[in-house]
Amino acid sequence: MTARAWNIVGLVVVAVAGLGFLVLTPRLAELDTVLELTVYMVMAILALSLALVWGYGGILCFGQSAFFGLGAYTYAITMFNIGESTVPLLLAIALPAAFAALLGYFVFYGRISDVYLGVITLTVTLILFNSINSTAGPEFHIGSARLGGFNGIPGIPPLNIPGNRTAAIDLEGMFYLATGSLLAAYFGLRLLLVSRFGRIIVGIRENEQRAELLGYDSRAYKLTTFTIGGALAGFAGCLFANWGSFVSPTIFGLSQSAQIIIWVIVGGRGTLIGPIIGCVGIQWLSTVLGANQPSGAGSWANLLGNVPLVLGAVLIAFVLLVPKGLVPTLGDLGMKLLNARLPALPRNPAEPVKSERPESA
Amino acid sequence: MTTALLETRHLSRHFGGVQAVRHVDFTLAEGELRCLIGPNGAGKSTFFKMLTGQLQPSEGQVLFRGHDVSRAQAHDIARLGIGIKTQVPNVFDGLTVRENIWLAATRLHPGKRANTIVDEMLVRIGLTGLAGRVVGQLAHGQRQWVELGVVLSTDPDLILLDEPAAGMTHEEVNRTAELIREINRTKALIVVEHDMQFIRMIAKRVTVFNQGRVLVEDDVENILRNPLVRDIYLGKLAAA
Repeated sequence: MTARAWNIVGLVVVAVAGLGFLVLTPRLAELDTVLELTVYMVMAILALSLALVWGYGGILCFGQSAFFGLGAYTYAITMFNIGESTVPLLLAIALPAAFAALLGYFVFYGRISDVYLGVITLTVTLILFNSINSTAGPEFHIGSARLGGFNGIPGIPPLNIPGNRTAAIDLEGMFYLATGSLLAAYFGLRLLLVSRFGRIIVGIRENEQRAELLGYDSRAYKLTTFTIGGALAGFAGCLFANWGSFVSPTIFGLSQSAQIIIWVIVGGRGTLIGPIIGCVGIQWLSTVLGANQPSGAGSWANLLGNVPLVLGAVLIAFVLLVPKGLVPTLGDLGMKLLNARLPALPRNPAEPVKSERPESA
Repeated sequence: MTTALLETRHLSRHFGGVQAVRHVDFTLAEGELRCLIGPNGAGKSTFFKMLTGQLQPSEGQVLFRGHDVSRAQAHDIARLGIGIKTQVPNVFDGLTVRENIWLAATRLHPGKRANTIVDEMLVRIGLTGLAGRVVGQLAHGQRQWVELGVVLSTDPDLILLDEPAAGMTHEEVNRTAELIREINRTKALIVVEHDMQFIRMIAKRVTVFNQGRVLVEDDVENILRNPLVRDIYLGKLAAA
């Protein structure tokens, strides 16, 4: 089978599994499980945003949570002021996208190197964290929405059917919306990545200098990718604010920022399904570890209840043992097994020819 | 006299105290094929980098078709019609041969036409059989051909080739010379090379760089007879 055929098989598998999950879960699972799975789906959309920006765009953004948090706060604040969710939802996508565009403009058009990009995006996130964190007093309000500082904003009204503010979404509806959005985001990004634009951003990731010498303005392509990632993260933030009816500054925190990176590393860069699997797997692990926290301080088993510690160990294990991430590694393994069963392909006998002539400066 | 396609005026570049290129006045006519030779560190690669916008000149100007492109971005210069094949193959190593050429072709032809151009180019550079292979896994000489195909697919008016025959087998060198002569029927080229046999196969006029300056510019036969050139360059090679 060709690579193209494998792609189609992969798409069909994801579509069938995704639709099956969407339809069957609320019928088979308890409501609290559905609620738990909903937040996994929301976070998986956030993971997808970094899968695009980092995995395909080659932009290591440490501050994807900035756009996520902005989306959540924008929704909360505008919802208290407007009361009908259509405009808040759109703003929760548009504002983080605009912020990503502004930040990206300075970073990419200033030709700031990759390492500093990571530092800058992380710093911006932490600035947002500290700013929002210190808005506890009653004087900090936007319209009728109090920012609440480190206490966060509770009781955020849920999304409603556009135009009908009485038809608010319920918990099960929230699951359908989150899972449906995740599937739409996944297939939307797949489409984007097979488009001309998607192939060019991968080219820029592979060799930015060559792309420039062919006439592509890599700054503009990276900025566009970064902005799309910001919009998607903002949308995930809006869903997150809906899911718990609550948002607090920890959404901008260091551990939230680091988690998104870990999802992508574990799942595998350069794939979309990998970060989704990484995100869901790690959140599930965190929940299980957190729930089974043994009593009795000082016991060795207590270490297992220390979620950040275990996640750190998982990250180190992956970076050292499975550096490409879960999905690409499994893919390579599958290919190897498959090739072993097929008749051997003719190998290319040509080896690099060593130059006999002097190298120039 | 034909109009100049490319002209540099007092073009200079220094890195700290090191003067890599000094006051180079260089003119290339429309459709011309020029060879650039000179010992290591003569400033040839720095000169190429300034022509393509990868380095900004410290002083002087680059004029392409009369437009000053001295301060232009690399991608703008590429769009004006200057393509470069660098010394070490500079390709999309993680992508297939087909994908590499497509990325070049789609810049001018965003639609389906790009696929036709890719197929034609694969035949022209003789890599149709390897179209699906990842470029990073190919031999050095093959990657040189991929880069040539990539550069040609953007259809530039001026092509800069930095040691196009380096690392190629004898037979590949002959094919490259033939291809360069064919390209020269429609396009101007500047070729940096060390291999005098190769230069004899392709060039009429040769510019010799030494210590960042143009030492001499003449027809290839005169250059080969020039004792000064022999001293600084050919003599060294003969001794090596």
